[in-house]
Amino acid sequence: MGKTLFDKVWDAHVVENIEDGPQVLYIDKHLIHEVTSPVAFLGLDRRGIKVFRPENTVATPDHNVPTINQDKPIADELSRMQVDKLTENTKKHGITLYGLGHPNQGVVHVVGPELGHTQPGMTVVCGDSHTATHGAFGAVAFGIGTSEVEMVLASQCIMQPKPKKMRITVSGKLKAGVTPKDVVLYIISKLTASGGTGYFIEYAGDTFTSMTMEGRMTVCNMSIECGARGGLIAPDETTFEYVKGREFAPKGEEWNKKVEYWKTLYTDSDAVFDMEYTFDAADIKPQITFGTNPGMGMGIDEIVPDEQDITYKKALDYMKVQAGKPVLGMPVDYVFVGSCTNGRIEDFRAFANAVKGKQKADNVVVWIVPGSGQVEKQIKAEGLDKILNEAGIELRQPGCSACLAMNDDKVPAGKLAVATSNRNFEGRQGPGSRTMLASPLTAAAAAITGKVSDPREVFGL
Amino acid sequence: MIEKFVTITSPCVPLPIENVDTDQIIPARFLKATERKDFDKNLFRDWRYDSNNNPIADFPLNNTKYSGKILVSGKNFGSGSSREHAAWSIYDYGFRVVVSSFFADIFKNNSLNNGLLPVQVSAPFLAEIFEAVEKNPSTMLEVDLDAQTITIVESGKKESFEINGYKKECLKKGYDDIDFLISLKDKIAKFKSPLA
Ligand code: SF4
Repeated sequence: MGKTLFDKVWDAHVVENIEDGPQVLYIDKHLIHEVTSPVAFLGLDRRGIKVFRPENTVATPDHNVPTINQDKPIADELSRMQVDKLTENTKKHGITLYGLGHPNQGVVHVVGPELGHTQPGMTVVCGDSHTATHGAFGAVAFGIGTSEVEMVLASQCIMQPKPKKMRITVSGKLKAGVTPKDVVLYIISKLTASGGTGYFIEYAGDTFTSMTMEGRMTVCNMSIECGARGGLIAPDETTFEYVKGREFAPKGEEWNKKVEYWKTLYTDSDAVFDMEYTFDAADIKPQITFGTNPGMGMGIDEIVPDEQDITYKKALDYMKVQAGKPVLGMPVDYVFVGSCTNGRIEDFRAFANAVKGKQKADNVVVWIVPGSGQVEKQIKAEGLDKILNEAGIELRQPGCSACLAMNDDKVPAGKLAVATSNRNFEGRQGPGSRTMLASPLTAAAAAITGKVSDPREVFGL
Repeated sequence: MIEKFVTITSPCVPLPIENVDTDQIIPARFLKATERKDFDKNLFRDWRYDSNNNPIADFPLNNTKYSGKILVSGKNFGSGSSREHAAWSIYDYGFRVVVSSFFADIFKNNSLNNGLLPVQVSAPFLAEIFEAVEKNPSTMLEVDLDAQTITIVESGKKESFEINGYKKECLKKGYDDIDFLISLKDKIAKFKSPLA
């Protein structure tokens, strides 16, 4: 029987099989940030051991960092201490750090790929559930907990039972106004927030193969939101083209050797999955979420479904939306474009192109937050910041920002945000905040009109 | 080393809500510590306290009717972020077992790595527990790791749960994975990744 892409990458990294237990999996690339690593380093200290292979770990602070005045010390004392701890720990153990103010600093899942740290066929882990992002390169990438961060630091391995395999095939061309974010929100709304639990997803079909790497990363990033550990896409010419020439990409003869290997990474035609789903790209509209988990989403022009379930009703109450009514036209207070889901250059191009020549609505606060220092540089090089300024919108500095309420960018209680990030949980963007997840294009429509709006109408698509 | 897991017989705290995500278990603003300290104080912070920091009386953790080492919750418990702080806050609060009809993957791993036992039961059995607790808040549950069973003591209703043999041994003996991996160092050092 043939092997799936996932099998090929996973099996090549198994160091040992434990009877009736997990497998010992070797990790090629370990990314760390300031929130989930300090207790792991403390654990190493307690055991009196050093990092086993410091060259395989890369660090950057992102969750706690402010997105204005980054040249000044972080005002919040606890945030500052956590970021300082990362600097101290990486220094002590000889780990590469892109600290605050470094041109490569940014959200860890934006930084890894754009510098060429992420490559096809790798195992990639990080103490962060959106590590799934790196699956876009045909890597087996998934989030881990702090105990596991300690394991990787101590031994370059973790212990994992092998997940089951699911394939999601989407075929056809996306309609105007429909972006990769809409594709993944659509998939999650069909599978529900727990439908992928226990699985690793392979995304297949020409809808994905015709996406850019940025688009594929947006899709893989949100695999965790249907409960899957990760999602991946077979590497192809688009992948190789993206990786080539990046700072940490293989060079010269090494490059040719790697590409030859990467070309073997695809699912064999006779391989079998534990679960399969198929969707048609033509059925996908611009999406929006109306509830408090990413599975509670729908086409933006649809009406909120009715369900007799206390958890469901609680979610609608929290969001102040009504079953049987549309969300179109609801006044929006905040628009957030950024995060590891939609904080890459293409996302800002799409947003800036859409708002070009128009004005931000007076009732909305708009936060535009590049995913990394490199993205920020590119935005400026392309003059997108000027387009934003003319629309009355300011560009901020890189970080996780309003994706989670851990730094200064918090949405106040009761306020409604249209966000390009990945989670709409209660209070995710600040205690009492209400979040609707959408694409950068739908975010642009909200920024211009001050309401939840269909981008196809606002921009005549 | 983690604390050794022994059979637990205890009343429980019911939380009949589905999709309880880790942002509810411990909101992001409480993740700023650089040590594992005080996370229990902020367990379910925004459901437990109002915006003036007053306890919300009818939230189960504040309801004196309920107590014990077992938390029982609706399906898809622990979804969302990978923060191990969620498992720490539940454990440090005093829980040793979480019962649900479905757990998110990363949360399950994190729990097992910290001596907190996730017990997955069928949806009807979960409903039975909620019902029993509603009738009698001091309903006792017995969780026997050796036998892999959970029992509603009063009615004697019982269901078995799954756990892989390796993890079971680790919990019983209080071993952790890091000790094991460190003992494999030589083998790991010789291992060649296809990407190396
Ligand atoms: S941008 Fe959001 S989801 Fe991504 S790593 Fe940061 S906090 Fe997590």
